[in-house]
Amino acid sequence: MKNICFYFEVHVPYAMKRYRFFEIGKDHYYYDDFTTEQRLREYAERSYLPANNILLDLIQSSNKKFKCAFSISGSALEQLEMYAPEVIDSFRALADTGCVEFLAEPYGHSLSSIYNDGEFELQVKQQAAKIEELFGKKPVTFRNTELVYSDEIGEKIAKLGYKTVLVEGAKHILGWKSPNYVYNHPYLPKLRLLARNYVLSNHITFEFSNTSWDEYPLTADKFVNWIAQAPEEEKIFNIWLGYESFGIIQKDYTGIFEFLKALPTQAFKRGIGFVTPAEAAKTAPVDALSASYPFCWTGEEKNLSTWAGNQLQEEALNKLYSVAERVNLCKEKALKHDWLHLQCTDYFRYMSFKNAWGSPFSSPYDAFINYMNMLADFLQRVDAEYPTSIENEELNALLKTINEQEKTINELEASVKQLRARKKA
Amino acid sequence: MKALMFGWEFPPHILGGLGTASYGLTRGMAEQKDLEITFVIPKPYGDEDQSFLKLIGACNVPVVWKENSWEHVNYRLGGIMHPDEYFWYRDHIRYDFRRIGTNDLGCIEFSGRYPDNLLQEIDNYEAVASVLAHSLTFDVIHSHDWLTYPAGIFAKQISGKPLVIHVHATDFDRSRGNVNPTVYAIEKRGMDWADHIICVSNLTRNTVIEKYHIDPAKVSTVHNAVDPIPDVDSFVKEPRKEKLVTFLGRITMQKGPEYFVEAAARVLQRTKNVRFAMAGSGDMMNAMIDLVANRGIADRFHFTGFLKGRQVTEMLANSEVYIMPSVSEPFGISQMEAMQVGTPSIISKQSGCAEILDHAIKTDYWDIDAMADAIYAIVEYPAIYETLSKEGRDEVNKITWDKAGLKVREIYNRVVR
Repeated sequence: MKNICFYFEVHVPYAMKRYRFFEIGKDHYYYDDFTTEQRLREYAERSYLPANNILLDLIQSSNKKFKCAFSISGSALEQLEMYAPEVIDSFRALADTGCVEFLAEPYGHSLSSIYNDGEFELQVKQQAAKIEELFGKKPVTFRNTELVYSDEIGEKIAKLGYKTVLVEGAKHILGWKSPNYVYNHPYLPKLRLLARNYVLSNHITFEFSNTSWDEYPLTADKFVNWIAQAPEEEKIFNIWLGYESFGIIQKDYTGIFEFLKALPTQAFKRGIGFVTPAEAAKTAPVDALSASYPFCWTGEEKNLSTWAGNQLQEEALNKLYSVAERVNLCKEKALKHDWLHLQCTDYFRYMSFKNAWGSPFSSPYDAFINYMNMLADFLQRVDAEYPTSIENEELNALLKTINEQEKTINELEASVKQLRARKKA
Repeated sequence: MKALMFGWEFPPHILGGLGTASYGLTRGMAEQKDLEITFVIPKPYGDEDQSFLKLIGACNVPVVWKENSWEHVNYRLGGIMHPDEYFWYRDHIRYDFRRIGTNDLGCIEFSGRYPDNLLQEIDNYEAVASVLAHSLTFDVIHSHDWLTYPAGIFAKQISGKPLVIHVHATDFDRSRGNVNPTVYAIEKRGMDWADHIICVSNLTRNTVIEKYHIDPAKVSTVHNAVDPIPDVDSFVKEPRKEKLVTFLGRITMQKGPEYFVEAAARVLQRTKNVRFAMAGSGDMMNAMIDLVANRGIADRFHFTGFLKGRQVTEMLANSEVYIMPSVSEPFGISQMEAMQVGTPSIISKQSGCAEILDHAIKTDYWDIDAMADAIYAIVEYPAIYETLSKEGRDEVNKITWDKAGLKVREIYNRVVR
């Protein structure tokens, strides 16, 4: 039996405010709350809430045969809690049906998997804890930010205890292979890989309302037929998209919600079912997929060039991650919060010369200037906590001494008592 | 196809961007082998590059019949043109221009500059145009800037050939909106008579449509390009401790020098590692010196006076930032020159060249904060300096005149039916 594996990405970056260099050292608040709230409300009302309602309906009316998965970034969760808690409730209602899987990912929608292993681990754990706290389920399947993946990243993920990873079905990785099978890691065979069918996925996100597309209009009937007509051996169709495809990229009036409503009925008619990624990965893998260099689901080349493709981006990323260890030593809440959100990939994408869609800035240079000013302030704050004049190792030793101060004192006091007692005796 | 062009300046004797643009454009158009260009300027000096077009000096074209021997003409003009050409023009004088003062050859003396009696020179240029229109054959007339519109119109009236006018600037750019009615009248008449209008940017095109009330269908944009600097590698940055931020251009209302001074004052509040220079001269120079003193930044802000030729390029090459906060700039060639020598540039969104450049920082001319921020970033963050420098140079080297020439040719083909 063929199965469709749906997974929707929910991510919205915080809107950063215009931060001029005169603010460096004076103003430590980087966010434009008004824009953040406005955008989140728009996404919630036009996309998340109506789509969640439809999914809940589909699950109930299909007698729990409809299934799907979500990955919700930490920054999106925080914003939802703050500005649209009803969306959290509706996700919880979906979670309670047992038909919806929540995936693990780095909390800050970051590239930490590339730049800092320690940070990557922390963020994945933080995200998993947050998901468990909100939806009562510990994630078992992993998807990296923007589906960034390589053999090396696969190792790190396996080390964190995840058995399944979602990757892009990029042509240069798959070669002649089809994305519609389960694969595994080349030297960690227990790690299962699912590959995104980007052709089918992009038809929904980008082509649905494109009148000059030769397959326009896209109906649920037609879409499911494509899957039904695929070779019999291809069992799993990974349709993974940004959740905002429903209602924001494809507006309500294009009929995208009707499409979503009609899809399961059409699928069941042709004997096609639905699975979550964790269930999909139970099928035995057919082959290994190997990638020496990281690839992802963005851009024409599907490599990191969207976020680290030019000198501006590299400079910003290197400066940012140069303080990773220090920030993680420190305890100040605001600093840690800013640290997580400064890592969000969107800000680096705005500095791209070729892929800066949705950028609030007039040019990549403008984006860079704004980001670097904030970063300069942030670095000063980190420096104030832990001066850069002290080496990381020395700092670690000093901190260890400080943190263990109490323990040492207690020990010493105990031995003093002991000695005194002995003396008396 | 033969084109008769009326211009005012031609390198190497130039006073502003008009001469550079005229040269570049004709040079680029000369790549088209089936196009012959005759370029008229008021006063050639004899050292102009004539390898790709025919240059006619209006000051050598007789407008009043004077009896002269072949030998005398040869003695007077032989170094510049063949005496037979003089007699050919003389045979085609159809109107009585004796009211105009002429020399022994019946020719008018032109200054070729922008003298006080500019309007008179414009009228005289029109007289020359009538003689040329009668004696030459051509398919299209092309007038560069308002000074030459009357000449173009007269040539059109006589020959019946289509007139294309090239708007390098309008009086709205030069005056921040307080236009001179006489100039406006000349510009408006030229635009009304033109079969097609070429503007150097969409910014100028909008001015032409909105302020001169011209039908948008006959107004096109052909962006200027830039000539490669032949010895570009000979300009190297001298190593200096302090960064240099340069404003280079006429210090006039149009260029927005006061916004530069204000931005400089803001940058200096934060970093001391930078100096500012204002190169050029103009009617607002003294006011700017006052302003600099008033802001208390005179120790870090320098006036170089007027620079020419190689000095300009050297100055640009030695700067870390080039900035031009023009209030209204139809195109802006010096920005492109700065980028050619790898100097990052900050330009106003009100500059025509902003429309075609990606690797320059664009701000509103009044947005002092944004400008200061951009200066600070280029001075403080090496990555942005290097990217702007490299990408900017690559970008500007791709903007060539032959592409602009092809666009002009398309317009010719459309008006010549």
